Amino acid sequence: MVKQRTVVGAHYGLKDWIAQRATAVYMAAYTIIFALCAFSLRELNYQEWSGLFSHGLFKFLSFLFFLSVFYHAWIGIRDLWMDYIKPNGVRLALHLVTIFVLVGYAGWAAQILWRL
Amino acid sequence: MSEVTARKPRPKYLALNEIRLPLPGIVSILHRISGVGIFLMLPFLLYLLDRSLGSPETFETFAAVVDNWFIKLVLFGLLWAYLHHFCAGIRFLLLDLHKGLELEEARKSSKIVLIVSLTLTLIIGVVLW
Repeated sequence: MVKQRTVVGAHYGLKDWIAQRATAVYMAAYTIIFALCAFSLRELNYQEWSGLFSHGLFKFLSFLFFLSVFYHAWIGIRDLWMDYIKPNGVRLALHLVTIFVLVGYAGWAAQILWRL
Repeated sequence: MSEVTARKPRPKYLALNEIRLPLPGIVSILHRISGVGIFLMLPFLLYLLDRSLGSPETFETFAAVVDNWFIKLVLFGLLWAYLHHFCAGIRFLLLDLHKGLELEEARKSSKIVLIVSLTLTLIIGVVLW
């Protein structure tokens, strides 16, 4: 009987498992900060709204939020393809499409924020 | 495979319309569905953020788009999806920390997740509408 099992491997699963939770905790914290800031705006107009996102720290935190969303979404959607899509070719194609759109979204988010 | 190790066919019961999902199961599948919903709507949400932060003119476009009743309904659904994913996510994080693993507690916390996310959706939704 094997009493001790040596855990081997590249720990890809563990890394993703931790990343999914770390990004979740960050997104939850950002959500609270965003809600407090947004609801404390005097009124919802362009000046107030863009003023909030022009603030350097808020811009930084917001960009980090978007990166967290996209990384978190990658892990979640990848799990979805692994659960339901069995043919390897189709699954690989869907993985690639998912990565491509999410990387594209990250570029888009950066452009939206740093135009301000 | 030898006869000794040959397994009996495993029973399968996957009649989705007949399976009665317990409350924690409902919270779990809604967590997945809400996540997929948000993922699919990401380009639309980024588009809205882009318009709202572009210039005073594009902000007007943003305001006009979100003023549409159908778009409002979609955003209302997304608000629920976000809040459910948020609340259920906190529950899952606590389960990871081995908090609330007992059956009764797990049922209670899933009930709380459903009620809190729906209530918050109603409150925030009505304020923003």
